[in-house]
Amino acid sequence: MDPGRDADRRIGGPGEGAPPNSPAASEESVGRAPNGQHADASQGTPQLSLRHAAKAFGAVHAIVDCSIDLYGGEVHGLVGENGAGKSTLVKILAGVYQPDSGELLVGNEPTVLHGPAAARDAGIAVIYQEPTLFPDLTAAENIFMGRQPLRRGRRIDAKQMREHARELFKQLGVRLDPGRICRGLSIADQQIIEIAKALSLEAKIIVMDEPTAALSAAEVNRLFDVARTLRASGAAVLFISHRLEEVFEICQRVTVMRDGRQVLTRELAGLTADELVRAMVGRNLDERVADGRAAPGDRVLKVERLTREGVFIDISFEVRAGEIVAMSGLVGSGRSEVARAVFGIDSYDAGSVTVHERPLRKSSPTSAMAAGVGFVPEDRRQQGLVMEMSVQQNMALASLGRLRHAGLISGKSERNFAADWALKLRIKFGRLTDPVSQLSGGNQQKVVLAKWLGRNPSLLIVDEPTRGIDIATKAEVHRLLSELAGNGVAILMISSELPEVLRVGDRILVMREGRLVGEYARADASEEKIMSAATGQLQEQAQ
Amino acid sequence: MSTTLAPPREPSGAPAEIGSRRLTERVFRVRETGIIAVLALFVLITAVIQPRFVSSSNIQFILVDTAVYALVALGETMVIITRNVDLSVQSVLALSAYLSAGLFGHVHGIPIPVVFLVGLGIGLAFGAANGLMVSLGRVPSLVVTLATLYIIQGIDILVVGGNEVVASSLPAGFVDIPNATIFDIPWLAIVVAAVIGAGAYYLRSFRSGRELYAIGSNPDGARLAGIPVARRVFTAFTLCGGIAGVGGVLWAAQYQTINTSAGGTNFSLIVIAAVVVGGVAIFGGSGSAVGAAIGALLLGTINVALDVLGISDFWDQAIAGFLLLLAITLDRGISVRLAAALRKRSARDAA
Repeated sequence: MDPGRDADRRIGGPGEGAPPNSPAASEESVGRAPNGQHADASQGTPQLSLRHAAKAFGAVHAIVDCSIDLYGGEVHGLVGENGAGKSTLVKILAGVYQPDSGELLVGNEPTVLHGPAAARDAGIAVIYQEPTLFPDLTAAENIFMGRQPLRRGRRIDAKQMREHARELFKQLGVRLDPGRICRGLSIADQQIIEIAKALSLEAKIIVMDEPTAALSAAEVNRLFDVARTLRASGAAVLFISHRLEEVFEICQRVTVMRDGRQVLTRELAGLTADELVRAMVGRNLDERVADGRAAPGDRVLKVERLTREGVFIDISFEVRAGEIVAMSGLVGSGRSEVARAVFGIDSYDAGSVTVHERPLRKSSPTSAMAAGVGFVPEDRRQQGLVMEMSVQQNMALASLGRLRHAGLISGKSERNFAADWALKLRIKFGRLTDPVSQLSGGNQQKVVLAKWLGRNPSLLIVDEPTRGIDIATKAEVHRLLSELAGNGVAILMISSELPEVLRVGDRILVMREGRLVGEYARADASEEKIMSAATGQLQEQAQ
Repeated sequence: MSTTLAPPREPSGAPAEIGSRRLTERVFRVRETGIIAVLALFVLITAVIQPRFVSSSNIQFILVDTAVYALVALGETMVIITRNVDLSVQSVLALSAYLSAGLFGHVHGIPIPVVFLVGLGIGLAFGAANGLMVSLGRVPSLVVTLATLYIIQGIDILVVGGNEVVASSLPAGFVDIPNATIFDIPWLAIVVAAVIGAGAYYLRSFRSGRELYAIGSNPDGARLAGIPVARRVFTAFTLCGGIAGVGGVLWAAQYQTINTSAGGTNFSLIVIAAVVVGGVAIFGGSGSAVGAAIGALLLGTINVALDVLGISDFWDQAIAGFLLLLAITLDRGISVRLAAALRKRSARDAA
C-alpha cells in the first residue's frame, strides 16, 4: 500500500505529484484556454480529437462545449465532478451517443461513429465505469464476444478462445478461469475482464471510464502497468478517475470538465492537486467533518457472536446512538456480508442481532426496518434503486406507509416528500419525475440516502457510501453522515477507503478473513495500524 | 481517497482453475441430467405398472407425437434465449397446416417438398412480422406475439371458415411421413432430432448464435459490445416462425384432418413449458435446444403414460404444471447453490 496514493493528503499538502520523467509533459508547454481553443501540440497529429462537441438530453445539457486531443504514447486524464459530462463524453467516443454538434477526428480523418461496433472498428476501446458483462456467459466469451477466433466453416474455436483469454489473464497477472461463467464475479474481477477485452482489441485509443473505482491497490497497480505498456506501444489512453493521485501517477496531461464545459487542459507537470480540485469544483472545499459531537448515547445495535459458515465467524460489536462505527478490512473480508446479515438480507448460522435491546428476526429486512434500521447497499444500481422508476418514486419507496391516504399513494405527498429531501441533500436533477437512471452516480447515491433518511432511522447501515462518486459529493456525504450522527442516529459504515474510515469513523473495526481482528478509537487509529490488522501483519510480527 | 484495501492476488495457479471448471460444468450438466433422470424415472415406473408402455410401437408413437412439439421448441428456444417470447407459434402452425395441406386439393400433383417450402414461407413471413415489431418497434414481445396470436387466429378462422382439409385429399406419400421407420425408429423423429442437433450446434458454435445468448444475458451490454441486437432478435423471431410453419405441415401429415382447431388451443403454452422444463431460463441467456427437446419429450411421455395407465387427462395438465414449477424451483436452487459454492471457493482462494 503506497501512502503517497492518498488524494486527501495530496489535496491538503503541496502538489508533490507529477511523474518525474514524463516526456510528453516536459516537452510540451502548452496551456489551453478554458474555452476549448487549441494550441498546436508538439507531438504531431493526435490519434483522436474531438472539437467543440455538445450533447443535450431534452433540457439537460450534458456537454456544452468540449474539445479534447488524445495523442499516441500519452495517458490523458479527465477529471470533473459527477454530472460534469465525463460519462457522456465517453459514450460519444464509444459511439453510443451522437454529438449534437462538433467534430470527431480519428487519425486526422473526420469520422462519424454510428454505433459501438463502428467505434470498435475505428480502433477505440472503452472500459466502462459499470461493467457491462454477460452474466450467463463464460469469461472467455465475454472477452471475445463478436470477435471469437474461428476455425473451418466459421465455427467458433472454443479452445483457442480459452487459450487467448488465459494468456490475457496471465498478462494481467490474475487468476481467473476463462471457462467460468461471469455471474457472481466480484466487481473487481468483472473489471479485469473488461480490461482484458480492451487489451485483446489492440486498440489505438483506449478510454477508461473510472476503471479503478472498485479495484484494490494491487489491482490498480496492475492496471497502471497495463496502461503504461499500452502507452509505450503508442496507444492513446484517456483515463477518467475521481482519485486525483491516480491521475498524477499515470497521466501526462489532464482535462478538467465542469458543468459540461472543458475548463482546463494542460500538462500535469507543475500542476498541484489543489489547483485541479479548484478547477473541478470552482470553489474551495471544506475538508473538515464536523467534530465535537456529543458523546455517544444509548446502545442501539448489539451484534453478538454472529456467524455464517464460510463467510464470517464470531462477530460481536455495538453501535451507540450518535456514533459512527466504521468497518474496515480488505475486499472480501466479510464486511458487507456482516452488514447484510444484520439487516436481514442474508441469513446467519449462529449469534444474535439486537436493536434497542430487542432481538431482530433472522433474515427479515421487514423486521429490521420496523425496528428503525436503514440500509444503503454497496451496489446502488442493482440493490439500492429501481433504475426505471422516477427520482421521487425511488425516494418514497421506503416510506410508502406514511405517504398513503386511504390506502392509495398520494402523488402530491410523494412529490412534496421528494422535493423536501432533494433540497436537504442538494440533489441535482432535471425533474422529480425523470427516471433515476438519468442522474449522475453521486446524485443517485443521495437518492438512496434520502430514501432511508425519510424513515427517520435510528440505525443506518451504509456500505461503501462514496464509491465512484466525486470529491465534492463525497465531502457532502461525509458531512451528512456526521450531521446524522449529531442528531443521534447510530451509523455503521463500511468502507474500503482508509482516509474515509479515519475521517468519518468515531470507532473503527477491522475485519480479516471473516473475523473481527481489531478495534480502534479514532484518536488511536492510523492507516498503518488498520492496514496491518487487515492484512494480518500484526499476528505475523507477534509470532 | 483511495488507499483501498484488497488482498493481493496470487499469480495464476492451475489447480483452482480446474476445480472451478469442474464446478461450472457440473452445474450446467445438472439441468439436463436432472430432466433426463425425471424422464427415466417416469418411463420406469410406468413400465413396471404397464409393461406395454415400453413396447416398440408405443415408443414410436411417443416419438412421433412429440416430434412437432420438440421441433417448434427449437424455434421458441432461440427466441426465449434472447429474453423474448413467441406466443403466436400455435396460430402460425394452424394457418400453415391448413394453407399448405390445402394445396394438395387445389394444385393437382404438387410435389411434397414444395408444400413444405410453402409452409416454411408462411411461417417465415409471420415470424418476420413479429420480429419487426419487437426489434424495430421496441414493443415487448409478450404483447406483440399475444396480439399476433389472436390476429393470425382470426385470419385462420376467416380463411378456413367451415371448411376443412380432409385426409382423402392428401397423397399417400404425405400421410405416410409419420409412419415411415428405419430399424423401428420413425424417420420423422430422426429428421427432427437432426434439425434440433443442428440448431443446438448453431447456437453453441457460431458467433451469431452466441450473440443470441449475449442479448438475453444483458441487452444493454450487448448493444455496447456492438452486437446488432435488432437484427439478431429479428432473425430469431423469423426462424421461430419458419419452424412453426414447417411444424404446421408436419401436423397436417400427422392428423390429416385440418380445420381451425389444428394445433389445439394450448400449443404455444405447451411448447414454452417444454422449453422451460428443459432448462432454458425464461429470462434468457442460458439453456440449450437439446434440453428444450428433452423437455418436450418428457411432457409427451407423461401425456402418453397417463393415457396408458388410464389416468384422466386432467392429471396430465396438472402434472405438466407441477413439472414447470419444479423446473423453475430447481433452476433457482441451482443458481443459489452455485453462488454459494463460488462464494466459498473465493473465500478459500483468498485465505
